[in-house]
Amino acid sequence: MSETPTRTALRPTASGRLQAWLPRLVLAPSVAVSLFFVYGFMLWTFVLSLTSSRMLPSYDFVGFGQYARLMANERWWVASTNLMIFGTLFIVICLVLGALLAMLLDQKIRQEGALRTVYLYPMALSFIVTGVVWKWLLNPQLGIQAMVRSWGFESFEFDWIVDPDMAIYTLVIAAVWQASGFVMALFLAGLRGIDDSIIKAAQLDGASLPRIYWRVVMPCLRPVVFSAVMILAHIAIKSFDLVVALTGGGPGYATDLPATFMYTHAFNRAQIGLGSASAMLMLGGVLAILIPYLYSELRSRKHG
Amino acid sequence: MLMKQLPTFKKSALALALAAGTAMAAGTSQASDVEVLHWWTSGGEARAANVLKELLEAEGYGWQDFAVAGGGGETAMTVLKSRAMSGNPPSAAQIKGPEIQEWGELGLLGDLNEVADAEGWNDLLPEIVADIMRYDGQYVAVPANVHRVNWLWANPDVLEAAGVDMPTTLDELFAAGEAIREAGFVPLAHGGQSWQDATVFESVVLGSQGTEFYQQALVELDPEALGGEQMVAALEDFKRLRELMDEGMPGRDWNIATAMVIEGVAGFQLMGDWAKGEFTAAGLTAGEDYLCAAAPGTEDAFTFNIDSLAMFRVTDDAEREAQHTLARLVLEPTFQEAFNLAKGSIPARPDLDMSEFDSCAQQSMADFQRTAEEDGLVPSMAHGMAVRADVQGAIFDVVTNYFNDADMPAEEAAQRLVSAAETASF
Repeated sequence: MSETPTRTALRPTASGRLQAWLPRLVLAPSVAVSLFFVYGFMLWTFVLSLTSSRMLPSYDFVGFGQYARLMANERWWVASTNLMIFGTLFIVICLVLGALLAMLLDQKIRQEGALRTVYLYPMALSFIVTGVVWKWLLNPQLGIQAMVRSWGFESFEFDWIVDPDMAIYTLVIAAVWQASGFVMALFLAGLRGIDDSIIKAAQLDGASLPRIYWRVVMPCLRPVVFSAVMILAHIAIKSFDLVVALTGGGPGYATDLPATFMYTHAFNRAQIGLGSASAMLMLGGVLAILIPYLYSELRSRKHG
Repeated sequence: MLMKQLPTFKKSALALALAAGTAMAAGTSQASDVEVLHWWTSGGEARAANVLKELLEAEGYGWQDFAVAGGGGETAMTVLKSRAMSGNPPSAAQIKGPEIQEWGELGLLGDLNEVADAEGWNDLLPEIVADIMRYDGQYVAVPANVHRVNWLWANPDVLEAAGVDMPTTLDELFAAGEAIREAGFVPLAHGGQSWQDATVFESVVLGSQGTEFYQQALVELDPEALGGEQMVAALEDFKRLRELMDEGMPGRDWNIATAMVIEGVAGFQLMGDWAKGEFTAAGLTAGEDYLCAAAPGTEDAFTFNIDSLAMFRVTDDAEREAQHTLARLVLEPTFQEAFNLAKGSIPARPDLDMSEFDSCAQQSMADFQRTAEEDGLVPSMAHGMAVRADVQGAIFDVVTNYFNDADMPAEEAAQRLVSAAETASF
């Protein structure tokens, strides 16, 4: 009988503690899962990259030998160079095209909603679909080349996908087709956020329209450009499905990217050590972009 | 109450998160079941696998099907690796070629000597096939079939329209190709995927330089052979074949290329005998509606690609017994015949009656027996029978890069083959 009062006295504290614990309790599984499956496996991949692992992981450490092999591997350099070409062109063209489309759409034209949807919809497709469609379009015997030739231009040639030197640019075409609409939407939102009075003031000062866009609007859009670059850079580095669907890495391995290189070596060719080393270098590449981004984000928050 | 429960709850949540991965993999196989991981998933193959299942059940053992789709078995291998890593491999898995040795080195395979002795496998199987099935002198795997890779397929109507015969040498193939092109067809149907490039490459090496050289270069990886003049000559012949192909080939699947021959768009295709499945499915008869012959210059050679089931080490006696029964059944005539009729290949034991098979398979079997005696039987490099996956991959890279790069000289490709063989593994 004497227990009852003590229990009632404790109850508010208990529920108070529950209140305090509940968020942690709910978050705990997801924190544990991401600690284990993301950071744990990152660490494990690093450990594996220091071993001579072949078909299954082994713990025979060889220092940075796998990295040395990777550096000596010609295919890795093809993949890295491809990423540079693909990433740069993809980001730049998407930005320019997206900004241009957004400015044109911003001219208070009719049916803007419908046009916006037309440009934005490619983003709703998966890269696999984009890849397959463009594979057919670019195939010299089925697609654009065959079509133009059937119109009577017999000497028309557009066989980039067959040409090892040009095939990487077909990846750019397909990826730009898919992502530029999305960049356009970002820019359009940015444009709509600019105060009209600034533009009116510039017009009063007699500035031409291109000049207004270049000198007044673009500087206001800097944050948009920044986030667009971040998003596009991630898409570029992680590109895997597009390559698999569009070119399969070919002709030869002319369109290999680090992600496809990693997959092929780690999972198909029983070279887990080498694959892990290439995965670590890719992680390094992502971090090189991510850290400055996080740094500037955190700094601006502090100032804000 | 609450306070007491909290730690336990947290612990179990963590345990749950950690266990999620392993729990999924924990199988439910009973002692007298065999769980078989395979990628015989296409229509005919699945029916053939079913024959094995029925045979096993007739002996009183259960068959647990573990089919992982995906043509080359790459997905299946990934699944197998994760099962093996979690310490719970299936009792039998479709593993082939030198990979059997790799699994053997990991100490995961159980031996089948008991069955092999009782059934006389040593006398039944050609020595070179038996060698692949053994690790460290012990039988660890059992062959299900033998595919021949060095085949040339042809559409007789196209050949007739161009006025050419089935070529028996590479020079004849080039000449016939020119005639076919002039008649308005694609001479050689091909798909520009690295394994298809390699399939054609090994047939050309064999046809241009012979079995002994093939063995030295692509099986033993002798640097002198890989970088020598003979290899340069073979590489040049290989590149010349490109002129016989159409420009729509990049990324094309092999069965689409076969369809080009079936539809009379193209004259020839160099492909293994699984292509026969496509001809058969189109309702064509071997020898009449389509022709088969050894790849030009290789009538005295036979590049084989053997599917086999390897048995994993098990501790339970009843399970081992079931495994042994499975191994025995795989080599028995009932399964060998049913399976190979469905798959387009030939039985792994040369003593079977071939009257049920079509003329191509009969020729294949005759050549198999003949070349086994005359040292013409060689493992297929392109299909993972000759060298390990890493070396094979590195050779693929060189071959496909050379084939697609108009500017790379054959000498450079040969040098790259040497370094590919050297640096592919630690």
